[in-house]
Amino acid sequence: MTVTNALWALVAVAGVPLVLGSYLFAVEAVLRRRTARFARRVRPWLWLAPALILLLAFLVYPALSTAVLSFLNANSTHGVGFANYKYIFTDSNMLIVLRNNLVWLVLFTVVTVVLGLLIAVLGDRVRYEGVVKAVIFLPMAISFVAAGVIWKFMYQFQPAGTAQVGTVNAFLSAVSSGFKPQAWLFNKSQNNGALIIVGIWMWVGFAMVILSAGLKGISVSLVEAARIDGAREGQIFFSIILPLLRSTITVVATTLIITVLKIFDVVYVMTNGNLDTDVIANRMYKEMFNYQNFGRASAFAMILLVAIIPVMILNIRRFGKSGV
Amino acid sequence: MADALSPARRGKGAAFAGHLAARGVLHIILIVVSLLWLLPSVGLLVSSLRPARLITTTGWWTAFTTPFQFTLENYAHVIGQANMGRSFLNSLLIAIPATVMPILIAAFGAYAFAWMRFPGRNALFLVIVGLLVVPLQVTLIPVLRLFNVLRLTGSFPAIWVAHTAYGLPFAVYLLRNFIGELPGEMMESAGLDGATHAQVFFRLVLPTSVPAIASLAIFQFMWVWNDLLVALIYLGGTPQVAPMTVTISNLVNSYGAGWEYLTAAAFISMFLPLVVFFALQQYFVKGILAGSVKE
Amino acid sequence: MKRSAVFVLALIFSSALVFATGSKEGTQSGTTAKVGGSVSVLAVWGGQELDIFNSLVAPFTDATGIKVEYEGTRDLDAVLTTRVAAGNPPDLAALPGPGKMAEFAHQGKMIDLSAVLDMAQMKQNYAPSWLDLGSVDGKLVGVFTKASLKGLIWYNPKSLSAAGIKIPTTWDQLMSVDQSVAAKGVTPWAVGVESGAASGWTGTDWLENIFLKMYGPAKYKDWYEGRLAWTSPEVKAAWQAWGKIVADQAMVYGGSQYELSTNFGAAFTPLFQSPAQAYFHFQATFIQSFIQKQYPDLKPVDDFNFFGFPAIDPKYAKAVEIAGDLFGMFKNTPQSSAFMKYITTAQAQDFWVKPADGISPNRAVPLTDYPDPLSKNAAQILTSADIAVFDASDMMPSKMNNAFWSAIMSYLANPGQLDGILADLDKVRADAYSGS
Repeated sequence: MTVTNALWALVAVAGVPLVLGSYLFAVEAVLRRRTARFARRVRPWLWLAPALILLLAFLVYPALSTAVLSFLNANSTHGVGFANYKYIFTDSNMLIVLRNNLVWLVLFTVVTVVLGLLIAVLGDRVRYEGVVKAVIFLPMAISFVAAGVIWKFMYQFQPAGTAQVGTVNAFLSAVSSGFKPQAWLFNKSQNNGALIIVGIWMWVGFAMVILSAGLKGISVSLVEAARIDGAREGQIFFSIILPLLRSTITVVATTLIITVLKIFDVVYVMTNGNLDTDVIANRMYKEMFNYQNFGRASAFAMILLVAIIPVMILNIRRFGKSGV
Repeated sequence: MADALSPARRGKGAAFAGHLAARGVLHIILIVVSLLWLLPSVGLLVSSLRPARLITTTGWWTAFTTPFQFTLENYAHVIGQANMGRSFLNSLLIAIPATVMPILIAAFGAYAFAWMRFPGRNALFLVIVGLLVVPLQVTLIPVLRLFNVLRLTGSFPAIWVAHTAYGLPFAVYLLRNFIGELPGEMMESAGLDGATHAQVFFRLVLPTSVPAIASLAIFQFMWVWNDLLVALIYLGGTPQVAPMTVTISNLVNSYGAGWEYLTAAAFISMFLPLVVFFALQQYFVKGILAGSVKE
Repeated sequence: MKRSAVFVLALIFSSALVFATGSKEGTQSGTTAKVGGSVSVLAVWGGQELDIFNSLVAPFTDATGIKVEYEGTRDLDAVLTTRVAAGNPPDLAALPGPGKMAEFAHQGKMIDLSAVLDMAQMKQNYAPSWLDLGSVDGKLVGVFTKASLKGLIWYNPKSLSAAGIKIPTTWDQLMSVDQSVAAKGVTPWAVGVESGAASGWTGTDWLENIFLKMYGPAKYKDWYEGRLAWTSPEVKAAWQAWGKIVADQAMVYGGSQYELSTNFGAAFTPLFQSPAQAYFHFQATFIQSFIQKQYPDLKPVDDFNFFGFPAIDPKYAKAVEIAGDLFGMFKNTPQSSAFMKYITTAQAQDFWVKPADGISPNRAVPLTDYPDPLSKNAAQILTSADIAVFDASDMMPSKMNNAFWSAIMSYLANPGQLDGILADLDKVRADAYSGS
């Protein structure tokens, strides 16, 4: 290793937590010298400062810049008013794109959350919980490039009557005679579903891990007491566990909804949006990097930013209720 | 002989049978779902042990019938690839700080959001959560410009800071949720004991938020470990700084030939995130709050 | 008190460390000496292509001491667009086609190579069409370094002779051969257009060849420059001629589902089954390495060979379609111009020629350098063609190109929708060529 790399390693492993910890102690040390009132007013902002600075530079500034760019032309030299938005909403394919995002939104989110919850709760009660969780988590650990390879083979098509190479076609041919192999990714009636299944396969692990963490935080004695009182498992789940998990479920669901609004990798790698599978983020990518039209790309991004407003409203209620 | 069983014992028997049936269903559901989930990964694993020309023409399950034609050539090729060792170290050098930094920084903020009152708290929190939707691609050019001006492009701190910022919205969201759920009495009694916020944070909040921090660490590490585009753009793809994802993507040529190496590379690359996952599983411990609150 | 001081000191020390050792890997040393320094190159090459490029670079580095910092990515568009827009482009980039290069040239980001290269030497070694293709608004901005020949029809000589099929030289002959094969219940063609994000490009190549053979280079140019409507009778006739093959389920192995879902690099397998499941496969020269990888025992010419696309209009019988990678320069430094000069030489391009990784556009590369009869044949066709046009979709603006690829997919899924597909393409044309 070169000297620079070794130094970096030192900074990384030891320096970073040290710097951050000392920042906090320094803040508290400074605040202790001031009045309690001043400290109370200023402290939250100092605790939030590192996060706020980074967010401003890396996310807020680009978001604002995007908003501005959405009203400019392709290479951002002059303004075009609402022309980019007009283009997006009068494009005949946009209806399909929006429909796809909506289908993803509903199917993906519901199935992923329900399955994640199911595995977290059921896994909690068996001794081989660790194995189950590892198996469900595995897809998230696979980089998407490799996952793309395997799912292309899962969905592969060979003509009827020849040996099937694709797992799905092979399995269905084996269990039901007279089944005609399908080109799952290339039939308009099947391809969106096929893509959503890949997404679900990847993300249930995420929902499961977080819901499991939330589940472990529920007081054991509470549940035991209910059992001793004779409550059935179903009652315990719906009346005790579920309400206590509600905020965690909100976090998982919100994150998944936002993830699915931005869904890009799965569609880009497997079909590139062809044959009615296109989604907003893929259109944005194409406009930005393939067509070099920053105005329209920014307008697509703005649609995403506006679409999460309802999600945020739902979250307002939830977070009024915890903490201080 | 049925009279020999009293009603009470018969009732218990029925309940036990019902319990067994429920347990049976439980196991069946878990096992079926696990097998379904495992199927594509097993397919990938088996394919990685077969030569490319067989993968395209025969299903992976045929590998278990004669003639057995397993091969390690895909793995050998990936491991023998120039720069794989150095890029593994680069990946570590990128991922460790990029995991530790957002967790700490987000924890500071989450604690402030959960246990300190200040004007605009809820609105600011919602804005931060809303930032989750900002697509990565729109940040690339403005941030790269910023790095160019600051002359940070191509350096490791640049990518640490970038991944930290990208990971903050989710981290703040998740930790705020968990830290906010901590029992109010526990927090109050700590304050009554004269502890400062910093002491409460390090001695009380962090240890009891361990399941949340563990999940966050698992995901952040994994997302950074598997990232390709951010590294390419902020750090560069040259051999000295390239992480494993870049070196692996160079296994495939511009026409996509060499994809069979990706199957082996996937398993080599996922080894470390899985280790992290298993290592942090021990922190998913039940009853972490037991004993810290008076019932 | 003491603890806080310690922590503050640690803070300062660590920050100092961070900024003091701020080294940027891979930057140029900024020397103006001829020897030493580095040049950054961005391209899509990976796998074996990268190994070849590294061996190409080795003699250059030995001779000049200049390090070549190569970065490869298949996301070339994303990385290059971002870096150019943010102000730190690579010194040199190898792009897959002139269309993309033109987009950057119009933004004023590309260096005029006539200031860097010895133009007399270039004119001697490169046919004028190569220099024209690399020029935008009269300025040379890109030089071709490796090319491929498109519009070849690959076949298995053994199965053709077993079926008593003669190689067709005209379209009509090809059609009648197809009919007779189909009458025996075998699909004559194996087609696959899947290719990830670029799915459909194989179909565009095919369509372009048909158009070229029907209407010649002048109309071809009108077409890719946006002057000829997609709904025009000429373009429609080309699609319909193509449709006689690809839209007829009896003509293509596996029907439209196979065409759409099979990767272009695996679609030829029916040709090599026994008995043969298909006889013809349309593809460019680079499919050779795929065939040899899948069937290592097959020998070129004996077991697999190609013939040129049959003539439709006899006037254009010898017209060929080519494609190629070209190098462009974003930053003019002593190192980048040295490498640019090197890459245009026959000596450098031999590194691509000898392993059959491409055909060299440089006239100074002898035919004997090509390793096997097939690549020699292709090189000969390419260098001696009287009418050579470039891949039309690579010449179109990206938006049009992408829409063309998607249209191929839509057409194969539903050939009856041709009129609607062409109308949609015209809508994109109105937008893509307007340069707003």
